[in-house]
Amino acid sequence: MDMDDTVFIAGEGVGVSIHQDPNMPTYGLLDKFGRRRVKDTPVSEAAIAGLAVGASCMGLRPVVEIMFFPFITLASDMLVNHAGKLRYISGGKSSFPLTVRVKAGVGFGAGSQHSHNLEAWMAHSPGLKIVWPATVEDAKGLLLSAIFDPDPVIVVEDMMLYWMPGEFPDGDFRIPLGKARVAVPGTDCTVIAYGMALYTAMKALETLSEKGISCEVIDLRSLVPLDKACILESVRKTGRLVVVHEANRFCGFGAELAAMVAEEAFEALKGPVKRVGAPQIPVPVASSLEKVFKPGPEDVVAAVLETMNK
Amino acid sequence: MKEEKITPDFQVRLFTSMVLIRKFEETIVALSQEPYRLPGMQILANGQEAVATGVVSALESEDIIVSNHRSHGHLLARGADLNALMAEIMGKADGVNRGKAGTLHLAVPEVNALMTSTVVGAGPPLALGAAFAQQYQALKSVTVVFFGDGAAAEGSVHEAMNLSGLWKLPVLFICENNGWAGAQRPEEHSATPHIHKRAEGYGMPGRSVDGNDVEAVYHLSLELLEHCRSGKGPAFMETLTYRMRGHGEQDHQHYVDPAELDAWALKCPIKRYRQALLNAGVGDEADIQSIEQDAEERVAAAVAFGDASSYPDPDTAMTDLFVRPPSA
Repeated sequence: MDMDDTVFIAGEGVGVSIHQDPNMPTYGLLDKFGRRRVKDTPVSEAAIAGLAVGASCMGLRPVVEIMFFPFITLASDMLVNHAGKLRYISGGKSSFPLTVRVKAGVGFGAGSQHSHNLEAWMAHSPGLKIVWPATVEDAKGLLLSAIFDPDPVIVVEDMMLYWMPGEFPDGDFRIPLGKARVAVPGTDCTVIAYGMALYTAMKALETLSEKGISCEVIDLRSLVPLDKACILESVRKTGRLVVVHEANRFCGFGAELAAMVAEEAFEALKGPVKRVGAPQIPVPVASSLEKVFKPGPEDVVAAVLETMNK
Repeated sequence: MKEEKITPDFQVRLFTSMVLIRKFEETIVALSQEPYRLPGMQILANGQEAVATGVVSALESEDIIVSNHRSHGHLLARGADLNALMAEIMGKADGVNRGKAGTLHLAVPEVNALMTSTVVGAGPPLALGAAFAQQYQALKSVTVVFFGDGAAAEGSVHEAMNLSGLWKLPVLFICENNGWAGAQRPEEHSATPHIHKRAEGYGMPGRSVDGNDVEAVYHLSLELLEHCRSGKGPAFMETLTYRMRGHGEQDHQHYVDPAELDAWALKCPIKRYRQALLNAGVGDEADIQSIEQDAEERVAAAVAFGDASSYPDPDTAMTDLFVRPPSA
């Protein structure tokens, strides 16, 4: 916002929030930038998303917030039918440099209407870019790239990562969209994860390395555009793939990765591609039930062992 | 600001605009009856020309239009290129949107007809975004959004009216009440017979006007645009008009009483205005016929242009999605 006056933020409680907590992403922005550029909105997701689409078509760079991922359904007409399509159907005449921040997360007992990761819905819709930072560096770098990208970008913020320790990069620090990161190099099995699921995968590494298995962990960072080169290079090296996400496994984003690898690197595969994700139920509230839903490190371990036939 | 006083020259321009729209859409009716000539559905605003012409003639060039599936009149009144519009409707490469929009999603940013959505009720949220940009940049321009009586039942319209009213955005909401939402009359889909009265609940003036009287539409548009332009926030205009054809050209109006159609045909905005101009001595029969002839020729030339244009190269199907496409 310091860099460009066309950037403004809008959403429910982005200025004055019920949580006046420095860990919240828009904390302090109202004081710094004032009510012209920090817009608290009514509880109107369609209008919030429409604000972003219309204002971006006029050359502004809106950064709007959808409070929780399941609420994106209320904004989905504006995102799916408009943000993603209007440039294409204008024949390339218009552009929509907007950013939608959406808060995601499973595992805090909020239940299914506050927790429901719908990234596969959005990725299925042409014209939308989607990034999902897992580290402090990427939280800044991907957000900044999203804001200054000429196309609509959805930035998913895993709420469980708001308290993540890390070094906050100074200045105009950007991570390019569409570039995955090899978080841990390895030789026996590729494990792809994004957001909070990256840490689930990381936890599984301890057990796996005790068993003498070396995993290469890829932090996907960007679902659209997809860094196919990074994934294929890794799978061609290891011959195995496990995909981990917290969304429902059925028709989840992992299915796309599994299919893409099967189509493009089948000859390199030494075992079946495995997907770790949630069963096909809404997120239940009781912690004993939520554990059934949320994939844990033991699920990743089991998937790696299966594909290794061990 | 535009002239309040209507000169004979201006009257001729209003008439010419309506005639062009009518001829254009009558030609689409004819083309749509030829097999495989036009792709997709043809959704026309025959009978509603006075709304398009009256509102758009009141705009300044920097004002923004957001339109819907019944957009031809809005775009033609705005001065969009006739040839490129017709080619687009025919699905040709020289179409205004390179064959990717067709009739339903025509957007012509070069005349500030910035966005068009065929999703019923989607225009108002888009319009509030454009209007926010106008307010944010302290521009003096206004965003005008056209939607129907059917769309007025969409939640998105209410969200957009509330937010526009709250933030005092320069949006002029134009509800073209054409008597039909699909095959449903307003009394079957609206809790109130006076849609414009909802405006009060969203902190904006709501007015209605005879939508078949082009000068009345023009005058009320000027008044409400001035309200929006002066920073007082949005305004709402309900234009009472009539959809002379079906929802689309495949709809043969089995549910419409022919006597009602006949009655509205007598109130045709173009016939009415034609007679008014003759009565006022603005022109004689020969002048009027020359305007009509000219419109016919322009539309015929547009069809010829569309016919001469090729279908888009299949490779272009994969372009225009992103400004910065994935490098792979």
